[in-house]
Amino acid sequence: MPQADLAWLLAAFALVALMFPGLAFYYGGLLGKNNILNMFMMVLSTLAVTAILYVLYGYGMVSGNSVAGLGIVGNPFEFFGMIGFESDDGSGGPQSIYWAAFFVLFAAITVAIVASGAAGRMRFGAWIIFSAIWLTVVYFPIAHWVFTYTDEETGYVGGWLRNVVHLHDFAGGTAVHMTAGVGALALALVLGKSKAPQAKPHNLPFAILGAGILWFGWFGFNGGSAAGANFLSQYVVMTTLLAGCAGIIGYLAIERVRDGRPSALGLATGAIAGLVGITPSADAVNPLGALAVGAASGAVVCWAITWKQKWGVDDTLDAFAVHGIGGIVGTLCVVLIGAKSAPAGVTGLVFGGDWSILWRELIAIAATCLYAFIATYAIAWTLNKVMNIRVDEETEHRGLDLTLHAESAYAEVE
Amino acid sequence: MKIVTAVIQPYRLEQVKNALADTLHTGLTVSDVKGYGVQKGHTEMYRGTEFQVDFRPKVRIDLIVTDEDAEGVIQTIVMAARTGSLGDGKIWTQDISNVIRVRTGERGVEAI
Repeated sequence: MPQADLAWLLAAFALVALMFPGLAFYYGGLLGKNNILNMFMMVLSTLAVTAILYVLYGYGMVSGNSVAGLGIVGNPFEFFGMIGFESDDGSGGPQSIYWAAFFVLFAAITVAIVASGAAGRMRFGAWIIFSAIWLTVVYFPIAHWVFTYTDEETGYVGGWLRNVVHLHDFAGGTAVHMTAGVGALALALVLGKSKAPQAKPHNLPFAILGAGILWFGWFGFNGGSAAGANFLSQYVVMTTLLAGCAGIIGYLAIERVRDGRPSALGLATGAIAGLVGITPSADAVNPLGALAVGAASGAVVCWAITWKQKWGVDDTLDAFAVHGIGGIVGTLCVVLIGAKSAPAGVTGLVFGGDWSILWRELIAIAATCLYAFIATYAIAWTLNKVMNIRVDEETEHRGLDLTLHAESAYAEVE
Repeated sequence: MKIVTAVIQPYRLEQVKNALADTLHTGLTVSDVKGYGVQKGHTEMYRGTEFQVDFRPKVRIDLIVTDEDAEGVIQTIVMAARTGSLGDGKIWTQDISNVIRVRTGERGVEAI
């Protein structure tokens, strides 16, 4: 029923669109009270930048026929201006114009997560330029590798990870979460540490509300990736729910042992970690497996979230731990506990599956993380040479809301 | 005339206010302040990172009384604010030379 598919997908689109204010509140609440508006600007501006690029060449680079058939990047000129999308093919279901809109949200939320690595110390204009270049050089190619299928009948060539390596990634554990997490780490390395003393989270209720809105959006993110109103969509909505819930338990258990107390921020972080973990695996595990994915992602992310202190990298909002490591854990869960009976039909190693799944996923993880890290580092390093991407120290101390935007979030802040 | 200033635990404000209201018929001014005494600050933990919070929230009470009432007010505040733990706060008094009621222009003890 194409009309039923379209109805669900339009609803899923709306759910995913709400992830932007969700992420803005989640990130903004964790910063000091002088930087929240700047973080809102960084997160929400990505939607504007992405939409423009997508109409021009983004859709072609992601979903277009592979340049020279190599599976590296789609033809940027193929859908230039989305010309041709304005006519109805009469199918009644989702058409290219719908997928273009849905994919704009995927691309924009990915670069928005990267803002973690620059929180409270990047010039806003530099962020806009960085995000445009980053989408073009990092996200569009990786999304092509992962999301674009080869069509033998039409001779259309898709991405190499999907069609040559045959990775299993349901909704973007690699292209969205690992890419963003590793990108945040590389950007944080180039920018260097924050000079102002790290403020404790100024509004945890905002952060937790934001995490809740993100979870709400995730049902559209994973549910819409089922591409229709079908068994798969209801299946992944359930596994998405289960993994978020188990993520809470996994994170809080480790936190209780390590820090002595379970925390509200830990609960929110654990839920997001579980959701990241289920993104690549939502169709490949059974319900018990979804609980295991969530618990493992939550527990490992709780551990990984302390690494930045040892490494001395100021990935301020922990995108590397939550999205990078969480995405890797979720992908490895497919390898280990993929269930033959689940819609994807992947048998994990624990259940006697073929070892090829391990190599396929390891290649996908390594290719995504290495390329995202090196390319992000190169972009940020080069930008830093040609322009000033970082604010001066005094600006950092006074907070970016007032200095960059001439606003303050709260009336009492001077 | 004296001004009595007390810095106390925020959660004892209700008791102090009630105790003062029972014995005294003047107003008082309350403000939120931060600081530390011998107990110093405390640590908070976010995502495995410790944050040292140096200044604890306290409540400051200021009230103006006649010289005769001062000792009684001090006793009342001590009784109502004391928990016996570190961080119960301090009270001090200062002599003041004049008080003016804005509405009527009354001065001195009349204006208290």
